[in-house]
Amino acid sequence: MIPLSWYLILAAALFSIGLFGVLVRRNAVAILLGVELMLNAVNINLVSFWRYGDVTSMSGQVFAVIVFAVAAAEVAVGLALVISVYRRRNTVVADELDLMKW
Amino acid sequence: MTTETLIWLIPLPPVLAFFLIVLFTNKSRALSHTLGVGAAALSWLVSMIVFFRAIGTEHLGEHPFASSINWLPTGTTWLKIGVLIDPLGAAVLFFVSITIFMIFLYSVGYQNYGQPLGDHDRAGLPPHGATVTDEHGHKHTVPSVEPMYSRFFAFLGLFAFGMYVLVISDNLLTMFVGWEIMGLCSYLLIGFWYGKESARNAAIKAFMTTRIGDVFMLLGIAFLYSVTGTLSFREIFTDTILHTLASVPTGVFGLSAAGLIAILLFIGTIGKSAQWPLHVWLPDAMEGPTPVSAMIHAATMVSAGVYAVIRMFPLLTAGYDGHGLPPEMMVVAFIGTFTAIFAATIAVAQNDIKRVLAYSTISQLGFMIAALGIGAYVAAAFHLITHAFFKALLFLGSGSVIHGMEHGVLHTGNHKVDPQDMFNMGGLRKKMPITFWTFLIGGFALSGFPLVTAGFWSKDEILADAWYHNHYLVFGTLALAAFLTAFYTMRQITLTFLGEPRTKEAEHAQETPWTMTTPLVVLSVFAIGYGWVGIPEKFPLIGGLFPNWFHDFVGHTLAEVPKAPEFSWIPLLTSIVVALGGLTAGYFAYRNVKSSKEDKLQIPVLKNKWYFDELYDFLFVKPSAWISEVLVSKWMDQGLIDGLLHIFGPTTGGIGGAIRNYFDVPVINRFFGDGSADATWWVGKNLRPIQTGRIQQYLILSLFVLIVVGGLLYFLLLA
Repeated sequence: MIPLSWYLILAAALFSIGLFGVLVRRNAVAILLGVELMLNAVNINLVSFWRYGDVTSMSGQVFAVIVFAVAAAEVAVGLALVISVYRRRNTVVADELDLMKW
Repeated sequence: MTTETLIWLIPLPPVLAFFLIVLFTNKSRALSHTLGVGAAALSWLVSMIVFFRAIGTEHLGEHPFASSINWLPTGTTWLKIGVLIDPLGAAVLFFVSITIFMIFLYSVGYQNYGQPLGDHDRAGLPPHGATVTDEHGHKHTVPSVEPMYSRFFAFLGLFAFGMYVLVISDNLLTMFVGWEIMGLCSYLLIGFWYGKESARNAAIKAFMTTRIGDVFMLLGIAFLYSVTGTLSFREIFTDTILHTLASVPTGVFGLSAAGLIAILLFIGTIGKSAQWPLHVWLPDAMEGPTPVSAMIHAATMVSAGVYAVIRMFPLLTAGYDGHGLPPEMMVVAFIGTFTAIFAATIAVAQNDIKRVLAYSTISQLGFMIAALGIGAYVAAAFHLITHAFFKALLFLGSGSVIHGMEHGVLHTGNHKVDPQDMFNMGGLRKKMPITFWTFLIGGFALSGFPLVTAGFWSKDEILADAWYHNHYLVFGTLALAAFLTAFYTMRQITLTFLGEPRTKEAEHAQETPWTMTTPLVVLSVFAIGYGWVGIPEKFPLIGGLFPNWFHDFVGHTLAEVPKAPEFSWIPLLTSIVVALGGLTAGYFAYRNVKSSKEDKLQIPVLKNKWYFDELYDFLFVKPSAWISEVLVSKWMDQGLIDGLLHIFGPTTGGIGGAIRNYFDVPVINRFFGDGSADATWWVGKNLRPIQTGRIQQYLILSLFVLIVVGGLLYFLLLA
């Protein structure tokens, strides 16, 4: 069986890639994608800890399912916002969305 | 009904009439005087029933009509009030109820009921007359009705109530209540025509002067209550309490408690009965309408003063063994005797018909007080009652004269003629026969015309008592005062009624209506007949024909019936000589006098009442005015107190300003207030650049913080 650490390293790598995407991308859709990657990394962690921990309890899988649902909802709302912003301002670049800036 | 219940009811009708008139019927003159006169009649009727039951009762002195109820709780005991009719009370009730009733009836005529409204009369001023046109088109000026007619009857009712309460009460407290109600009513009625400044001043003077006496009287009552714990006459006048009171020393002028209390109560009487030195209010009280003068002088107020002393007689004489007067009796005797002669000297020089009578009243009250001072209890009570009848008669008679003269004044239209000045009168005998004859009877009674009149018997009894008890100074002074009394009374009668009219107004004087003459006739019956109930038994010829009922009856009020003085020719001859001598002298001195210039007795010092008004003005009025206006108002209030306040004002203002300018504005406002705002604003402004609104920068920042904190935790906690 593959040791747990490999999964954790994969999840950490995936989380870092997601975080990097969120921090440096200017396209709002790409930022959303980064968030999705970070959520996936969390899911991998949850499932791994479940598989290597107490298999009889279902909590790890349940949390993972909740994270799927939250991620789906988040993407739905986020994409709607992004499309709405694009229709009004003709751009999805986060730096240019400075309407409420001082 | 039991007699006790009836006694309780006696004062009620007048006070009910007062309230009904004031509250409801004051718009209707007829209804108001019906209520007033009806109430007086009802009280008179009940009083008569009580009186006749009283004289029909054996040993009334030992077992008087009395009933009492608990009134004020005083800890474990009660202050009781109640009614008491003993022989003295019954005798006083008799004259009070008759004179009050007569005065009420007389007032209807005096206030011109049935006459038209005046042309320019207004409330607060006497009626000036009205113009009427007869069928031939002639205009006449006739008397007009009093503008405040109903109010007058209301006040008279309250006045009567006060007197009835005083007469029937069995204790000093309710007696004092009645006493004070009368004080109020005298004030209201003397100032009845309040539109006249003189009437206002007279009202205030009467009130203030009697108030001085009342304060002392209240002190006496309080002292008596604190010593004995009761105010009921019957309890105080028991031997044990009187003995205690007479033996307790007070340390004030060496008086016993009884003596001091008697003197304090007597000062109240000095005020109420206008004795020297508080006599000054009574002549000025003539400013009120004449029925009021009669009310004050005969039926109620001044009689109340003497009545109070008669009531308190056992207290006054506690410790008196019949030899050598104790100091309190000396005081009373002196005040009475001195007042009698003092007021008589003033009366001979007065020209106002009512003022002569006013001083005469003061003088006659002096007789009664003097009699009490020398222990002549029955004589004082007797003179009080006879005097009330003939003085009421004289006052109502003088009112009738004034009324007739006013009629003449209205007829001629010459309002400069004073209808009260006797030198404007003369010859009224033919114009006003009923008034003349009744006034003559009253005047002769006052003078003590021998044998026939009531005044003779009562005055003679006082003189006889003074002689019998060897008070020769009192006897001589009173005899002289009696001579002066006869003299000024005859002067008054001669000037007013005899000879020829001195003015046109007197020629046109007219007899007054029946409502005024009826009381005169009724009272003149008593002015003659009342004396016959007190003829001494040993009197030559007629003595013993009638029993000396008055002495027997009233004498039994006291525990020990006072002995009637032995008959002596000297006082009898004296009183006959002074009465007849005074009358003759008065007639011959004044029968041909045409004007006041021919009157030899118009001496300034007598005319001006021995300058007592001026003296009091100088001694009391001016200093009090100076104290209040200059000392208190100007120096203390405006100078000292306002001065201090004026220091406080700027000082606190300065302190406040300094705090504001040097602490509040710079420190609180500038430094803390504005400073904190400025500081917050500055910090906010300088922190603004890091609030970029870029979520990615925030994330980097938080990531950086997380790494630093995580690293620190890792190295610090785990390493």
